[in-house]
Amino acid sequence: MNELSLHILDICQNSIQANATLIEILIDEQPASNRFSITIRDNGHGMDEKTLSEVADPFYTTRTTRKVGMGVSLFKMAAEQAGGSFTITSKPNQGTQVVATFAHDHLDRAPLGAIEDTLLILILNEAGIDIRYEHVVNDRTYVFDTRDVKQILNGIPLTDSDVIMWVKNNITEGITSIHKEESL
Amino acid sequence: MKSLEDLKRIRDAAQRKVTMRGKNDFTRILVGMATCGISAGARPVMNKIVEEIAEKDLQNVTVTPVGCIGECAIEPIVEVLEGEKRTTYCRVDVDVAERIINEHIIGGKVVEDNLIGKYRL
Repeated sequence: MNELSLHILDICQNSIQANATLIEILIDEQPASNRFSITIRDNGHGMDEKTLSEVADPFYTTRTTRKVGMGVSLFKMAAEQAGGSFTITSKPNQGTQVVATFAHDHLDRAPLGAIEDTLLILILNEAGIDIRYEHVVNDRTYVFDTRDVKQILNGIPLTDSDVIMWVKNNITEGITSIHKEESL
Repeated sequence: MKSLEDLKRIRDAAQRKVTMRGKNDFTRILVGMATCGISAGARPVMNKIVEEIAEKDLQNVTVTPVGCIGECAIEPIVEVLEGEKRTTYCRVDVDVAERIINEHIIGGKVVEDNLIGKYRL
C-alpha cells in the first residue's frame, strides 16, 4: 500500500467488523514540529489483552477464510519505517484506538493520498456506521461528520448518488482549503 | 465550496425521486475491500463504480464494500447480485469496472474475460 489513506481504509474495516457505530479519524499534520499523526478510534466490541498482544502478528487473524491478517502489521511497519511509532489500545465492550505517528519529512513516509476515496467507501458501509473525520494542518481544521449530513438529509440515504458526489466534493475542497497558504 | 445549501437542494430532489421509485429488484454490486483487495487496487475500482452509477444515473444499482472471500490472489473481486443470480469477477481494474457497468449492468451481457473460473492467470 503506497498511500496512508489505503491503510486507514484497511484499519477501519476492523472497526466495522467489531460492530462499531462510530469511527473517528483524526489526521494531524504539523510540518513545523516535523510530525504527522493518524488516530483512528471506534466504539466497537474491543479486544481483551491476549488478542491485543497478538494483533500485530501477521499470522494472527480472526477470519476463517484465510490464515493471515496483514492489515495492522502493515500499518505498524509503515509508521516505524518512517521514523514514527505505532500504538494500539483497546478495552472489551468499549472500543479500540490506533495511533500511528510519522516524521513528517521522512523519505519513507507515504503520502496521505486520496483520503476522499477512502472516506467515500467507509461512508458506503452496509451497517450505516457514522464517520467523523478531522484533519488539522498547522492551526487549520476541517471536520466532516456523517451525523451532521444525516440530520440535513432527513431520511434520504447517504448512498444516494447525488449525495455521495456532494460528500466527495465537500471533503476534497475542505482538505484543499486547509492546505492553502495564508492569503494576505 | 460545496455548501450545505447544495445538500439541502439534493435532499429535496431526492425526496421527489423516492416517491417514484418502488422497492423492486435492486442490483447489488459488492467489492472486496479487505487488506488483499485494497492492496490489489480495489479502492479505485469501487470509486469508478460509484462515479459510473452517479454519472449514468442508474437508479436501481447499489455498491457496497465487503470483506474477503478467501481468494486473495485474484483480487480485486467484484460480485454482481441480481435476485438469485450471482456473477463473480476477478482481477478487476478501473477499465474492467467500466466494462462491467456498460456491458453487464446496462447491456445485460456478462463480461466473460474476467469471470472467475474463466480467467486464466
